[in-house]
Amino acid sequence: MSTVEKQAGTGTDEAGRRQQRSVNVSAGLRRQRRATVLVYALLVVLAIIYIYPFLIQVTTSFKSDPEAVAAGVRLLPQTWSFAAYQNLFLRSDFPLWFRNSVIVTLVVTLGRVFLNSLAGYALARLQFRGRAFVFAFLVAIMAVPGVVLLIPRFLVINQLGIYDSFAGMIVPLLADAAGIFIMKNFFESIPPSIEEAARIDGAGPFRIYWSVVLPMATPAVITLVILSFNGSWNELSHFIVSAQDPELRTLTKGVAQLASGGLGQGLQYPLKLGAAAIMTIPVAVLFFIFQKRIMNVTGGAVKE
Amino acid sequence: MSDLDTETERTRPDLGRRSPSRGSGLRGHEALAGWLFISPAVIILGLFLVIPVAMAAWVSVSDWSGRGSPFSSTVGFVGTEHYRELIAGDGLATRDFGTSLRNNVWYVVLVVPTQTALALFLAVLVNRQVLRGRGIFRTAFFFPSVTSSVAITVLFLFLFSASGAVNNALSFLSVNGPNWFADARGVLHIILGAIGVEQGPEALAGNSFIGISWWDWFAGPSVAMSVFIIMAIFTTSGTFMLLFIAALQAAAGDVDEAAVVDGASEWQRFWYVTLPMVKPTVFTVVTLGLIGTWQVFDQIYTGTKGGPAKTTLTPAYLSYQASFESQQWGRGAAIAFILFAIIVVMTIFQRFILRERDGEPKPKRSFLSRRSGESGATSGAGAQL
Repeated sequence: MSTVEKQAGTGTDEAGRRQQRSVNVSAGLRRQRRATVLVYALLVVLAIIYIYPFLIQVTTSFKSDPEAVAAGVRLLPQTWSFAAYQNLFLRSDFPLWFRNSVIVTLVVTLGRVFLNSLAGYALARLQFRGRAFVFAFLVAIMAVPGVVLLIPRFLVINQLGIYDSFAGMIVPLLADAAGIFIMKNFFESIPPSIEEAARIDGAGPFRIYWSVVLPMATPAVITLVILSFNGSWNELSHFIVSAQDPELRTLTKGVAQLASGGLGQGLQYPLKLGAAAIMTIPVAVLFFIFQKRIMNVTGGAVKE
Repeated sequence: MSDLDTETERTRPDLGRRSPSRGSGLRGHEALAGWLFISPAVIILGLFLVIPVAMAAWVSVSDWSGRGSPFSSTVGFVGTEHYRELIAGDGLATRDFGTSLRNNVWYVVLVVPTQTALALFLAVLVNRQVLRGRGIFRTAFFFPSVTSSVAITVLFLFLFSASGAVNNALSFLSVNGPNWFADARGVLHIILGAIGVEQGPEALAGNSFIGISWWDWFAGPSVAMSVFIIMAIFTTSGTFMLLFIAALQAAAGDVDEAAVVDGASEWQRFWYVTLPMVKPTVFTVVTLGLIGTWQVFDQIYTGTKGGPAKTTLTPAYLSYQASFESQQWGRGAAIAFILFAIIVVMTIFQRFILRERDGEPKPKRSFLSRRSGESGATSGAGAQL
C-alpha cells in the first residue's frame, strides 16, 4: 500500500495517474485473492478438524480390537470387521436400549408438540383470568437450570410411585416453558381474522386451534419437533434419576455404561464407537432433513 | 407464509385480544378453554419443576437417609448443617466440594472465552460475501452440536486414549502425548514445574479455601479435565457460531462496505465495525456459556466419574454421587442449591448487562431468525449438560 501511495505522489500527468490507479486496483485484487485462498485453506483445515473425528468414529467401528488400539489415527481399516456390530446386536442389550429410546423419544416429541402448542395458543389468543400469572410462572421456570433438578426430580418421581416406569421417564419431559413460548410467539404472528371467520361459523376454541391454527403453524411445529426429538433422544441425566431397571435402559444410559465397562474383556473401542455412531444416526438424519430450517433461516428471511 | 409476512404481523401482536365481536357468554367459555388448554403443561411443570425444588429445599436441611418418605415423622430437621459441612467444614465433604468448584471454575474460565471467540471467528469466516461451499462449512462446524454428549464423550475417550488417535498423530511430530484421561496433574503446575517451581510459596500452600489450599486452586485444570474443556469448545462453538451468523446478517452490510471504501484493513473492520455490531450477541453467548458450563454432568458420568484423583469432579456430578451413591441426600440437595445459587448469580449478571444496553436500538430481525437462535442456544445448553 505504501509503495503505491509513493508512486501516486510522483505521478503528475494524466497517463501516470491512470496507470497508477490500475496498479492500485490490481494490487488490491491480488491481495484480495491471496486473502481468499488463505480463508479457504483455513476453513478446509478447520472443517477437517471438526469432521475427521466422526469419520474415525465410523471407520474404527469396522476395525478389529487390536487394530483400533494400534493405529488410532488411520482412517480406513486394513481388514474390515463386523464383529463390533455383531456383538452389539446379537450379544448385548443394544436393540432393547434402542427400542426404549425410540419409545421415549416418540412419545415425548408428540406429547410436547401437543401440550406446548395447546398452552401456547391459550397464552397467545384466549382471554382468561390468571393468564398474566401463568406467563410470569413460565418465565420464572425457564431460569431453573436442568442439572439442579436431578435430585429434586427423583424425589418427586419416587414419591409419586412412578420410579422405574416409562411414566416416570416420559411425563416430566412432556412440557417445557421454552417450547410454549416458541408456539405462543408464532400463534401471535398469525392474523386473527382467520380465526374470526371460523368462530363466526360456530367453531369452538379447540376446533379452531386444532383444524385452523395448528396447521398454519407448521414452521413452529417443526422447530419444536426438532428440539424435542434432539432433547429427548440425547437426554441422559433424567433417565439416570428416573429408572434403574435394565429393561428400561435407554441408548444414552446404555452406551454410557458401555463406555465405562464394556462387554466382557478389553477396551473394545470398535464396539463403543459403533454404538455411539448408531445412536448419532437418528439426530443426524433429522439434522440433514431440516438443515435448511435449522441453519439457513436467516438467509432465507432476507431473500424471500 | 413467508417470513416477511410474519415480521409485519409481529409488529401488531395484540390484534387478537382486542377483537370486538365477542360476547360475555363467549368470554366465559373462552376462559374455561384457556385454563383447559394451559393446565396440562402447567401441572406437569409444577409437579416436576416447582414441587421438586421445594422438596429438595426441605431435604437439604433434613437428615433424610433415602429410605421412605422425606416427610415422614422420623426425618429430622438439621438446619444449615449440610451447607456448613460443604463450605466451612474441614472434612472430606468440604475438600471434595472445594475440589469440584476448583475444577469447574477452571472449566468455565477456559471454555467460555474460547468458545465465544472461536464461534465468532468461524461466523466471520463463513459469513464472507464471496464464499463457495458456505453451507458445507457451516454444516461441518455445526454437526458436533447435534450429537449427544454421551456419543461425543465415547468418541473423545477413544481419541484421547493412551495410544489413541491424538497421541498417534502427536507421535508423527515426535511428541510423546500424555495418558490424557489418567493424568491428574494440573496444567499450571506442569508449566511451573517445567521452569523449576515444584512447590508453592508458603502463602499459597499454607492457606486454604473451601478445604483445599490456594496452591491447589491454582493448579489449573488437570490434563484429564483439559480434554473435557477441548470437547466442550468443540461441541458448542458451532451452535454459538449460528447465533453470530444471525447477528452478522442482521447487521447492515453497507457499513462494512463503507469501511472497505474508506480503506480500512480487515482487522480494523473486524475490530471497529463488526465487533461493535455483534456486541449484544457476544453478551448472550457469554451468558449462555456461563450457565451451561456450570452444569457439567453427562460427560463426567460417561467418561471419568470424577477421576483421576477427583480432578474432573464437578458440583453437578458430586451432587449426584453424594445422593445416589453415598445416600447423603441432604448433602446432595445442598450442593444442588449452591449450584443453583451460582447459576442464578450468573443469570442476574446477564440481566444486568442486558438492561444496560436496552437503550440501544435493536437490529430488526425476523421471527424465524430469532427462533433459530433460541433453538441453537437450547441445543447448545443441552450439549453441555
